[in-house]
Amino acid sequence: MSEGPLPKEGTAAPTRQAASRAVPFRGGGFAPSSHRAAAWIAFAAVIAAWQFGSSMGYIHPLTLPSPEEILTALADLARSGDLWRHLSASLGRLAMGWSLGTLAGLAVGLALGMFSIARSVGLPFVSALFPIPKIALLPLFIIWFGIGEPSKVATILFGVFFPTVINTYSGVDNVARSLIRMGQSFDMPTRDIVFKVVFPGAMPAILSGFRISASIAIVLLVAAEMIGAEWGVGALVLAAGNLMQTDYLIAGVVLLSLIGLTIGIVLSRLEALLLRWR
Amino acid sequence: MELRATGITHKYDDLTALEAVDLHAREGEILALIGPSGCGKSTLLGILGGLLQPSEGRVEMQGALPEGCLNPLTYVFQDFALLPWRSVRGNVRLPLEHHQLTSDERRERVEDALARTGLTDFAGAYVRQLSGGMRQRVGIARALAVKPAVLLMDEPLSALDAQTRNLLMEDFVGLWLREKLTAVYVTHNLDEALRLAHRVVVLSRRPGRVREEIIIDVPLDERQGTAGLLELAPLRERLWALIRDEAQTAELELADV
Ligand SMILES: Nc1ncnc2c1ncn2[C@@H]1O[C@H](COP(=O)(O)OP(=O)(O)O)[C@@H](O)[C@H]1O
Ligand SMILES: [Mg+2]
Repeated sequence: MSEGPLPKEGTAAPTRQAASRAVPFRGGGFAPSSHRAAAWIAFAAVIAAWQFGSSMGYIHPLTLPSPEEILTALADLARSGDLWRHLSASLGRLAMGWSLGTLAGLAVGLALGMFSIARSVGLPFVSALFPIPKIALLPLFIIWFGIGEPSKVATILFGVFFPTVINTYSGVDNVARSLIRMGQSFDMPTRDIVFKVVFPGAMPAILSGFRISASIAIVLLVAAEMIGAEWGVGALVLAAGNLMQTDYLIAGVVLLSLIGLTIGIVLSRLEALLLRWR
Repeated sequence: MELRATGITHKYDDLTALEAVDLHAREGEILALIGPSGCGKSTLLGILGGLLQPSEGRVEMQGALPEGCLNPLTYVFQDFALLPWRSVRGNVRLPLEHHQLTSDERRERVEDALARTGLTDFAGAYVRQLSGGMRQRVGIARALAVKPAVLLMDEPLSALDAQTRNLLMEDFVGLWLREKLTAVYVTHNLDEALRLAHRVVVLSRRPGRVREEIIIDVPLDERQGTAGLLELAPLRERLWALIRDEAQTAELELADV
């Protein structure tokens, strides 16, 4: 460790001038703000450049089809009605798997957060099973439930279940003890303490868990639909890939992006609504 | 109603927090419980209201409950313990919701408690929008809504700055003068005890024992101004002498840990 020279005593910097100087401003920067318009302009510019590159033949249509071709593919899908069949199959699985997994996860997470027995028994299980990539269980689920819908929904359900348990549990665990004591001090029944104190207190953690579980659900949805599915965005992407139809393939990717965005917007709305007290 | 605790001893594992404490909170009186931090005041208050099970001793309620009392032993907490997702009114209504009341009666109790604590204009605000003093007013309003027999207050003003503390003390004196509440008021602040209490119980440092019980017979509305302070001065000296050594020793003890 090196030490800098110590200031010698009695040799303070000489005051060069008696004249007054303005104090320089040093507090700028480090406060990023985002401009909505800038984002849209950049987005449009990238698409325009991409279209330009494709039209001029710089980008090979099989490597990356132009935005126009992708739109055409989407329009074809819409016209033939396949778009709705793919979308409704995917959204149905997503809704089913996500809501079942979330309900089960909330219940188990609440129990782990509230009761010693549930915690002592359940937490080791959850900790052991949580890190398994749930996609690895898909073949097992296919053996158990067959190749149809149940195995797909089960994969999503399991993928959603564990992060929900963990977020709910830690949210419940972090609810201030003093609030629970307050409830007890007013003789509030346990049910009231759970639903009026513990659950709302854990809500911020639960909602941020929803974001994680929703993105996991989409990943698992696509993976599950790539095995033995006729309809679904994942099946669309896989089939297009097998036929080298990159325009349909990317149209499917665009659909997935739109699904993710929509879910994100819905969750933001939900947070704004439920957490407006913050 | 009166609250009488006899022979309270409390151990946390092998740490004795309280030893053979007797306490008597009399009807219509504010009993201040004062002592150095860590001496077991919160523990004692928890035992008085049934939130903690004492290792030894018992606490009894004696006498009739006041009219319409829903929760005889009601706490006011140092950290306010308000639900941030509820409005002021929602927080005050919380302890009424599990009782069989007509909606008129419930509303009446809430609005009455809000009015008595000067919160009517803030009824719709969220907790985060309130200053510390206002938050504790909500805590007090919530306690009043259940028409308690005994208020158990654990350092209710310790989280507040000095000016706010004075304002709330004046409010509380006003409240007491109108309604003659019974209260056990825990504090480590001599001035709060001298301003509010009819009786002061001084606890020793850990393990907490009752060192002395002092009656302050100056009426609450005569403790202000120069005359009041002068009258209280000898008592103040005496209390300070009592607490001082304890506080000093307790301080050194904590530093040792
Ligand atoms: N839950 C607990 N477990 C173990 N020790 C505790 C617990 N609560 C309080 N204590 C200890 O008991 C003593 C008294 O605590 P407390 O009643 O909070 O004191 P006070 O309110 O007078 O500051 C302290 O030494 C504290 O560390
Ligand atoms: Mg305390």
